[in-house]
Amino acid sequence: MADFLLELLSEEIPARMQAKARADLERLFVAQLSDAGLKAADITVYSTPRRLALIAKDLPDQTEAVSEEAKGPPEGAPDQAVDGFCRKNGVTRDQLEVRDVKGRATYFAVINKPGRATNDVLAEAIPAIVKAFPWPKSMRWGEASLSTESLRWVRPLSGIVAILGDDLVECEIDGVTSGYETVGHRFHHDGVVTIGNAGDYAEKLRACHVLVDQTEREAIVREGAAKAASDGGLELVADEGLVIENAGLTEWPVPLLGGFDPAFLDVPEEVIQLTARVNQKYFICRDKSGKLAPNFICTANIDASDGGKAIVAGNEKVLAARLSDAKFFWELDQKTALEDHAKKLSNIVFHEKLGTVADKVERVAKLAEWLVSLEGNGFYQSSPGDTLHGEVSEAARLCKADLVTEMVGEFPDLQGLMGGYYAEKQGKSEAVANAIRDHYKPVGQGDEVPTDPVTVAVSLADKLDTLVGFFVYDMKPTGSKDPFALRRAAIGVIALINANSLKLPLREVFLECLNLYLKTFDDSEWDQARETTDDLLAIIKPASLDDQQIWDIAAVRGEVEAPLDFEFVEELLEFFADRLKVQQREAGVRHDLIDAVFALGGEGDLVRLLSRVKALQAFVETPDGENLLAGYKRAANILKKENVEQSDSKPLSYTPEKAEKLLIDTLDAAQPDVTAAIEAEEFEKAMTALANLRAPIDQFFEDVTVNDSDADKREARLALLARFRAAVHQVADFSKIEG
Amino acid sequence: MTLSGAFAKASATHIALAKKAFTLPDTNLSQKPPKKVLSFQQIILKLHDYWSDQGCAILQPYDMEMGAGTFHTATTLRALGPDPWNAAFVQPCRRPTDGRYGENPNRLQHYYQYQVILKPSPPDIQQLYLDSLTAIGIDPMLHDIRFVEDDWESPTLGAWGLGWEVWCDGMEVTQFTYFQQMGGFDCKPVAGELTYGLERLAMYIQGVDSIYDLDYNGAGVSYGDIFLENEKQMSEWNFEVANTETLFDLFNKAVGECENCLEEKLPIPAYEQAIKASHVFNLLQARGVISVQERASYMGRVRDLAKGSCEAYMAKNGWAA
Repeated sequence: MADFLLELLSEEIPARMQAKARADLERLFVAQLSDAGLKAADITVYSTPRRLALIAKDLPDQTEAVSEEAKGPPEGAPDQAVDGFCRKNGVTRDQLEVRDVKGRATYFAVINKPGRATNDVLAEAIPAIVKAFPWPKSMRWGEASLSTESLRWVRPLSGIVAILGDDLVECEIDGVTSGYETVGHRFHHDGVVTIGNAGDYAEKLRACHVLVDQTEREAIVREGAAKAASDGGLELVADEGLVIENAGLTEWPVPLLGGFDPAFLDVPEEVIQLTARVNQKYFICRDKSGKLAPNFICTANIDASDGGKAIVAGNEKVLAARLSDAKFFWELDQKTALEDHAKKLSNIVFHEKLGTVADKVERVAKLAEWLVSLEGNGFYQSSPGDTLHGEVSEAARLCKADLVTEMVGEFPDLQGLMGGYYAEKQGKSEAVANAIRDHYKPVGQGDEVPTDPVTVAVSLADKLDTLVGFFVYDMKPTGSKDPFALRRAAIGVIALINANSLKLPLREVFLECLNLYLKTFDDSEWDQARETTDDLLAIIKPASLDDQQIWDIAAVRGEVEAPLDFEFVEELLEFFADRLKVQQREAGVRHDLIDAVFALGGEGDLVRLLSRVKALQAFVETPDGENLLAGYKRAANILKKENVEQSDSKPLSYTPEKAEKLLIDTLDAAQPDVTAAIEAEEFEKAMTALANLRAPIDQFFEDVTVNDSDADKREARLALLARFRAAVHQVADFSKIEG
Repeated sequence: MTLSGAFAKASATHIALAKKAFTLPDTNLSQKPPKKVLSFQQIILKLHDYWSDQGCAILQPYDMEMGAGTFHTATTLRALGPDPWNAAFVQPCRRPTDGRYGENPNRLQHYYQYQVILKPSPPDIQQLYLDSLTAIGIDPMLHDIRFVEDDWESPTLGAWGLGWEVWCDGMEVTQFTYFQQMGGFDCKPVAGELTYGLERLAMYIQGVDSIYDLDYNGAGVSYGDIFLENEKQMSEWNFEVANTETLFDLFNKAVGECENCLEEKLPIPAYEQAIKASHVFNLLQARGVISVQERASYMGRVRDLAKGSCEAYMAKNGWAA
């Protein structure tokens, strides 16, 4: 048994690639070992900016010897065949064994493969690992790069240390040969470091100012930064991403506290934090009262000879220059009203087919106004002229204005946030400023969902406008491709609707979005479009309209009335249903039940849909529900086999059997109850009414023969089953339910 | 080259911004300048000495307006083909949209890059570079020098490479790139390119807060004495005065002449016309007469010229892609 050390020394590996590189190294190494039948007791992987390393414990000295058998021709086969078999297996004729196979004497070759030295296995494995390494981006370098076939690595590979036990594993990759020697810290240690074995690797490097274990460096950054802050009477704003990044940028991390002019604190703290974190990889701090402090913590890669004074001074200067840029932008942006910034949005293309951002803003504003005035929307009560209507209108028209500010030009991540700040400074109401700031939310699952009515209206309108625009132009997400983040937008809409219990008839909402798109054409554009392009046919792609009807709609632009059978509307509803399934999975709502309710005709009110699904789920998981489902499946199978589509209830020409009569009576009683409950949106009540059918349907199948020789009876009983199926379908399409 | 931050990364900013003056708040944290401070010209001379000792040909600046040292034929064209090539030179760079009428201490529309090109990239290129910093007075035991991932791409030149921005105490002082492709062709072999931002480096070494306060010659002449008036006038011309009809005409003529040279199989003059078109395009941008939609198409035309020139250069030398 021996321990193995591998170090791949290179020029600086990007910090963000190191975690995956460690995992890849371990994975490739384990695969190489396992191909040779080897397994290490334990594997540890390390990375620093300049090296990737792996230590495998307790490797056997040799691979296991293996004995393989090959079955050959029968005894008495022509010499040629037997000789060929011997050649193929590397044995001589007298080494063959003869065994009985089903009564026939047959030749066997027994091939004994001795174990291989692990050192030899590793010597082959290392070049294979290096050549197969999946860096996200790799490069060629140096003289060897005369050929494009030369070795690729993330940055030039300069050395390999490969030691098994105390022995060198000799290998060579494109001119780089393995050895015992590596290098220490770039500035703290001159010349080479000679490693003896896996056991002294980390300690020898430590002596040369290299902490090879990233977890140790991370701990130093994490704790050192916290200590530097508390030594200065401050509290560190923890940021684990920065901890890992700084550990990936250093071999000998030294956190240092610096400061900046408190005058910069006028700038919003998000801006300061972003400048410090993204551009400079600095931590920020708060004072005792929780306010942002005019301080930062940088992580040097050296124990400087002056204790870090020059380093801190240099970093302070860089941050000051960056913050003065930010302060300048902050002040300059405020000199222009958001209304005037917004005018410049007509220079920015939203999408070549969907117009400019200014066009979008106008549509979003009108849609948001429409949404809040929609009768019975369950949340808002608004009409033109009231405060809510006015705030929605203003917030929507200003929500994208910050895209043309200098600050957002410099820091795109601050979109929304800056608009909110500028709106506040300009004296807009809190609701308007909040809506501008938060209208991008929620960004993906788990993000905070707005509840302020103005924000909700603008956020919904923005996302719905995007979704409808891309769907009518047939730019739907496919597979893993979703370049316009439409899935995220739909999940956002669903979250907003659910969190605020909005009653939105989505079909009508989609059509209103379409109307607004159609209205953005001015008359001359419209005329031109009608005469010269088929493009509009692509916009309004109704499944059931002929060209003339399309032009009729076009003529009244914006007067499209629901329910028209537009293909995009159904596609979009289905898209929402799919997102809903994903979104509800965490809440434990069954996707098949969503399908079962949705299949009834694409419920457009998501809140109603969900409450129905939840009632259904509660029901089908009871014994009554399970049995009813079993009865339903049995009935549906018979009906399917007999091709019975619907139920024509005719008076019976015979006296029904007891169980048959019971089912008829129960259906007579239950059906109106189910209908009434569903109309009243009392879904639990509907389920209770449905549950009454369980015993009668069980009894029916037990006692009654459907396939009676009397054709009248047979027909009537099939009709009864179809009626039962229809009753169940009032609640949900049970055929979609699994189990 | 993408020397991000401070003076190089100004993005398209309008005149109002450009005209706004502001000063750095007094932080009282400035580093005390070292005893013997190198002047701006001494920094250049030291770098020349250093890279001359490493066997580089010390070239003079290319005598045309260009946005970055990478446009110099000694970089772009010499990065192609198999021949070894080691050179160092100062290249004045013009970025009309970065002009600030001499009123911003960190941004200029005309500044200097020091460029080194080593082909094939030597195995000790990082150490050679670090030694050059020592040569201009940056002590690596006193300062925090770091290689931070920064990949480079020039759509205009059909070129890309991997490398770093080199940080000195958190400030980017050099762009370090291993060219992988140029003009759409694989670099065989790969060249290493070092681009020092000279003004920024000098501000750091001299401990000054404004470019214009840089000591230029160690004998009383400041950077501002030489270039401040130039910045004022050129900013005004770039943003407000340049005749746009003339510029559009110049652009089209450069494009035409480039195509003419390509037909005549003269890649070097063709490439010069591509550089010219690129600069005229930058001026048109500063004048704000190119819309967002048109921008991509103009850039595409310049890229075609540059790539065409590289292709012709390869063909003229008989090099296979």
